[in-house]
Amino acid sequence: MSIQIDFRNLTVKYGHKFALQDVSLEIPEKRIFAIIGPANSGKTTLLKCINRTIDFVSHAKVQGRVLIDGEDVFRIRNVYELRRKVGMVFPLPVGLPLSVYENVAYAPRRAGIHDRHELDAIVEKCLRQAMLWDEVKDRLQLLGTRLSGGQQQRLTLARALSLRPEILCLDEFSIAIDPVTTMRIEDILRELKNEMTIVLVTNLVQQAHRLADYTAFFSASRLIEANRTETIFNQAAHRLTARYVAGDFG
Amino acid sequence: MNKAVDNQALLSSLAVAKSNPFAPTPLEERKRIKEAIAKWLLAIITLMLVLPVIAILGYLVFKAWPILGPSFLLENPQDNMTAGGIWAPLVGTFFLVVISLLIAAPIGVLAGVYLNEYAGDNWATRVVNLAVMNLAGVPSIVHALFGVGAFVLFAGMGRSLLAASCTLAVMTLPVIITSTREALSSVPMSFREACWNMGATRWQTIRTIVLPNSISGILTGVILQVSRAAGETAPILFTGAVFFRDVPEHGWEAFFPYGLHDRVMALSYHLFTLVTQVRGVSDEIQYGTAVVLIGLVLFVNALSIALRSYLRSRKKW
Ligand SMILES: Nc1ncnc2c1ncn2[C@@H]1O[C@H](COP(=O)(O)OP(=O)(O)O)[C@@H](O)[C@H]1O
Ligand SMILES: [Mg+2]
Repeated sequence: MSIQIDFRNLTVKYGHKFALQDVSLEIPEKRIFAIIGPANSGKTTLLKCINRTIDFVSHAKVQGRVLIDGEDVFRIRNVYELRRKVGMVFPLPVGLPLSVYENVAYAPRRAGIHDRHELDAIVEKCLRQAMLWDEVKDRLQLLGTRLSGGQQQRLTLARALSLRPEILCLDEFSIAIDPVTTMRIEDILRELKNEMTIVLVTNLVQQAHRLADYTAFFSASRLIEANRTETIFNQAAHRLTARYVAGDFG
Repeated sequence: MNKAVDNQALLSSLAVAKSNPFAPTPLEERKRIKEAIAKWLLAIITLMLVLPVIAILGYLVFKAWPILGPSFLLENPQDNMTAGGIWAPLVGTFFLVVISLLIAAPIGVLAGVYLNEYAGDNWATRVVNLAVMNLAGVPSIVHALFGVGAFVLFAGMGRSLLAASCTLAVMTLPVIITSTREALSSVPMSFREACWNMGATRWQTIRTIVLPNSISGILTGVILQVSRAAGETAPILFTGAVFFRDVPEHGWEAFFPYGLHDRVMALSYHLFTLVTQVRGVSDEIQYGTAVVLIGLVLFVNALSIALRSYLRSRKKW
């Protein structure tokens, strides 16, 4: 089993404030890797380093390395290619103010795919994968912003899948949607892990337990421990981890 | 004894409970009265703001009524302004506005896009923002003097349509930049982030998401500057306005009576001279000119409001 993402001594500061301190972590290929921890422990920042959207925070300073398939992310010239390789789903559903069809076709179009049949195929496949197809197939021209919150989150997922990413990152995706949609997306993720590496940041400890092969626990900008999910939940090495997964704090 | 009192209290409280539970308490009654007073007071004050506008417009139209008609618009001033119409200044104002916007709108919109979408949050950007904001507050007479120095003298344009248009452009530029930025920043940040996360470049994001959803606001800002450029006198006073100029009023040339290097007549300046510089101008001509000028401004403002509400009705989120 090979390593897909390799964080080496990663430190991120916003101004003078640490968001991540000396994090070293290996994320294996085609598994679900959960990242848990209390608010402000640096989980989102870690994701932003994977696709380098941390670049958009002008006062962020990064030290250390992030290797994807052995290549240093912060040395990559074509950052747009990198972002196409990494699908991102953020906490709040964002339907772009375009039709449902164009929402999903957005990234492929920007990447240079213009053939109508090819786009049709991508849109259908991604909407099916995101379990949204049946609900929107008759109204693909509807504005994405007019869908319900849960539908928009699945639309966001379909968009993230539209470039066949090797890595899919989800940041607390269930925070603004209903439990039924959450369960459906969890099912989707179990399917998708055959095709791609999934990094799942979650504030629901049980979600990590249900889904993840591996789990890492962050607290106060540090990686406390990472291990097989079973181990984290049953025989955590640190008291802090044990208390967190037991729901004792955070 | 005690028991009897207790019973009485119990009974009376029951009576209260039985009577209408939605009946207003004295406190709510007082709140209701205050609410009514506030509402009427505010309505009256608002009415007092509208009244002068209606009064001024009504008075102007009433005084100008006999002269208003197509010939007033289409004829040049005659007999030392005491007869004829306002064609020459009307066309002059049109060209001043159009040329100044052709200069200011592209520069202003592009600068607004840069400042809002590309510029980082550093001291240089903050200085530029501060400068733009202050420039928007500079009195128009100062713009006029700047125009004399920069365009008439330094750039060697002389007092001309071009110099006056450039001066108007400098005056409208900061406001166009500011309104463009406001329109752009009304597009939620999350849309941009979603695009960047999919590997779109900044420019692709601007072209596909940001501009299409802010163009209404940008256009409204630009259109509002039409009325400002048409109405101001000071910026053109020393840079290109002329007291009188005989221009063709028939045929094709009537629509292009001025060259870029000619001095031009303009409505606002024409009104000023009619009232202060020339003897024996009938009231009708003076009021008629004012009505056309104010009508132009109101028309453009109405247009921008209509555009805005049309585009707002198609808002996508
Ligand atoms: N853009 C930012 N500017 C300044 N500080 C930030 C920014 N984003 C996050 N932080 C800070 O960095 C720390 C880690 O944040 P984050 O990565 O969002 O944590 P989490 O996702 O675990 O809640 C927090 O203390 C947060 O306040
Ligand atoms: Mg977060």
